[in-house]
Amino acid sequence: MTTLAEFSIDSHQLLDEHGQPTQETWPAFANDVEQLRHLYRLMMLNRLVDKKAVALQRTGKMGTYPSSFGQEAIATGIAFAMQEEDVFVPFYRDYAAMLHRGMRIEEIYSYWGGDERGSCFVNNPRDFPFSVPIASQLLHATGVATAFKLRQQPHVVVATCGDGGTSEGDFYEALNVAGTWQLPIVFVVNNNQWAISVPLSKQTQCQTLAQKAIAAGFSGVQVDGCDVIAMQMITEQAVTRARSGQGPTLIEAVCYRLCDHTTADDATRYQPSIEVEAAMAKEPIRRLRTYLTQQGAWDDQQEQALSQDIEQQITQAVDNYTHQARQPLTAMFDYLYAELPHSLIAQREQVA
Amino acid sequence: MPEITLVEAVNQALHYEMRHDDDVVVMGEDVALNGGVFRATVGLLEQFGEQRVLDTPLAESMIAGLAIGMGTQGLKPVAEFQFMGFIYPAINQIINHAARMRNRTRGRLTCPLVFRAPCGGGIRAPEHHSESTEALFAHIPGLRVVIPSSPTRAYGLLLAAIRDPDPVIFLEPKRIYRLIKHDVMDNGEALPLDTCFILREGTDITLVSWGASVHETMQAADQLATQGIHAEVIDVATVKPLDIDTISKSVAKTGRLVIVHEAARSGGIGAEIAAEIAERNLMDILAPIQRVTGFDTIMPYFQLEQHYIPSVDRILQAVHQTLESS
Ligand SMILES: Cc1ncc(C[n+]2csc(CCOP(=O)(O)OP(=O)(O)O)c2C)c(N)n1
Ligand SMILES: [Mg+2]
Repeated sequence: MTTLAEFSIDSHQLLDEHGQPTQETWPAFANDVEQLRHLYRLMMLNRLVDKKAVALQRTGKMGTYPSSFGQEAIATGIAFAMQEEDVFVPFYRDYAAMLHRGMRIEEIYSYWGGDERGSCFVNNPRDFPFSVPIASQLLHATGVATAFKLRQQPHVVVATCGDGGTSEGDFYEALNVAGTWQLPIVFVVNNNQWAISVPLSKQTQCQTLAQKAIAAGFSGVQVDGCDVIAMQMITEQAVTRARSGQGPTLIEAVCYRLCDHTTADDATRYQPSIEVEAAMAKEPIRRLRTYLTQQGAWDDQQEQALSQDIEQQITQAVDNYTHQARQPLTAMFDYLYAELPHSLIAQREQVA
Repeated sequence: MPEITLVEAVNQALHYEMRHDDDVVVMGEDVALNGGVFRATVGLLEQFGEQRVLDTPLAESMIAGLAIGMGTQGLKPVAEFQFMGFIYPAINQIINHAARMRNRTRGRLTCPLVFRAPCGGGIRAPEHHSESTEALFAHIPGLRVVIPSSPTRAYGLLLAAIRDPDPVIFLEPKRIYRLIKHDVMDNGEALPLDTCFILREGTDITLVSWGASVHETMQAADQLATQGIHAEVIDVATVKPLDIDTISKSVAKTGRLVIVHEAARSGGIGAEIAAEIAERNLMDILAPIQRVTGFDTIMPYFQLEQHYIPSVDRILQAVHQTLESS
């Protein structure tokens, strides 16, 4: 017998759940407190935008909404690891990165409020809209990465999905082609432990989701998805490798879904409360605040000012969202094809 | 002008468009080195290189999704599915994404792509290799579904499909891949999409068909002519969106309509045409509209396939019934 292949999976954490560094040296960006404050602000923006979205849904002003509570560090780390010309192919819990990359708050509310204009991304022509069919977006990401590669453009694609998404065929097909063609792409899995009511243990027998990359011929790595510093560092490393032609990486970001699956769900029916309490103690925002406060880089006054600033932005966004005139009915027809086929003119006239 | 077959016309159109548009990329299983299982992509790799002619891994959902992503970046992927029966793994990508990317993003991201696949029976192929399920795709808003019935139309319509800024399902009737030869000028001239072609003018009855069945329909029309019956024959060509105006005008003239398609009867495009004509031409119609179609059965294995595919006799029978009842 000879052993032909072996693998190992590393796990990364730089800031522990108590807000204490786990190692002596940090990457350069993390020694700059202003950058840490950027990370903090973006996570807070995400959380408050999210909270308002849930409130809008509860008061009948918006449709079903999937919150990202407890998972804000993942997309925040991604946001700061990407460059503007890169393309982000998100799933529906990536608000931090979407906001950072130009999606307007009112676009989030519009989308989940049933208005297609929410995916216009007027300040970001590149990124993809949220994909509802689970994991299907990962293949689009490989297509974008293929285009970059064929045209020799120095851009990278970052694509995300949930832990449940890693069971889909499209997930494996995307990893496989990305590995085979050495595409400039980074896959990030938000492992929040749940796919609606199905726990990860019923999703796979794999010890880690990161190791799913091994079968596709590239490396996978696990990160504490509640540690935004580790998230930025690991994503940055993967993006750099992808940009320099060294192919894809799969990042498994381990966190916990501290919210219902969507506003249409009641997670208390299946999430054990002890588990939720334990996860709450590890949530990403408090640990960074603890660290920044200890460093003398953050105080109550700054916290208040930040909250006020964000609340103002949100109030304005809600105002824009609620006062936005409805699209005309003809809009149903107007984006179906580049030019309306002759046979549809009569149908369009019925609603004009 | 060289005489070429339908599959050669496809190949010629691909060559032409790849020569004239650097954004066109051909991809699929075995399309590069092997030139495609039906040889539709032969020679492309040698001429355009592996950057633009991609042998993909064996995964149809991936092929579709990958093409969608490439399309959003302004490339024009022409992806081949080896057989129509193997598009089905990709149906999620086609319906949920390709067909609606433009709509979902209010025109910001689009899918200027073509999904090619050989369709239909008649070549004694194994099971799953003889599908005529164009109605599945024709039902989907945002898609175009095009089926050429001759080398000339294969060339012109494929060029049009590649140049079209929206996703096109381009179905190639494989039993006529090499059946007939036409003089096809390699001049890069596209034929119009969304338009029926009147192949033969007539005053007594309108025969409507598409794909391979156009040939049996034309043969039927020839035989009818010897009996003094003048059939107008229309090749639908683009089955989605449907050019019902041309068919309606013809029925207004002839008062009789027989629709011929290889696909199963129920929920087929023939039903859609019949419904539209019933709405528009009620006062013109002199006899019940008839459909000559495949049965509502699984396409039989090849020993019986000739009994499934509408024959000239079945078409003639329907025509005579129509004429007798009016
Ligand atoms: C193809 C597909 N199947 C089923 C669903 C319904 N659905 C929506 S979210 C979800 C669970 C997804 O879990 P996961 O991938 O872990 O992401 P999470 O929601 O936990 O972030 C399911 C089954 C869907 N949207 N798409
Ligand atoms: Mg999950």
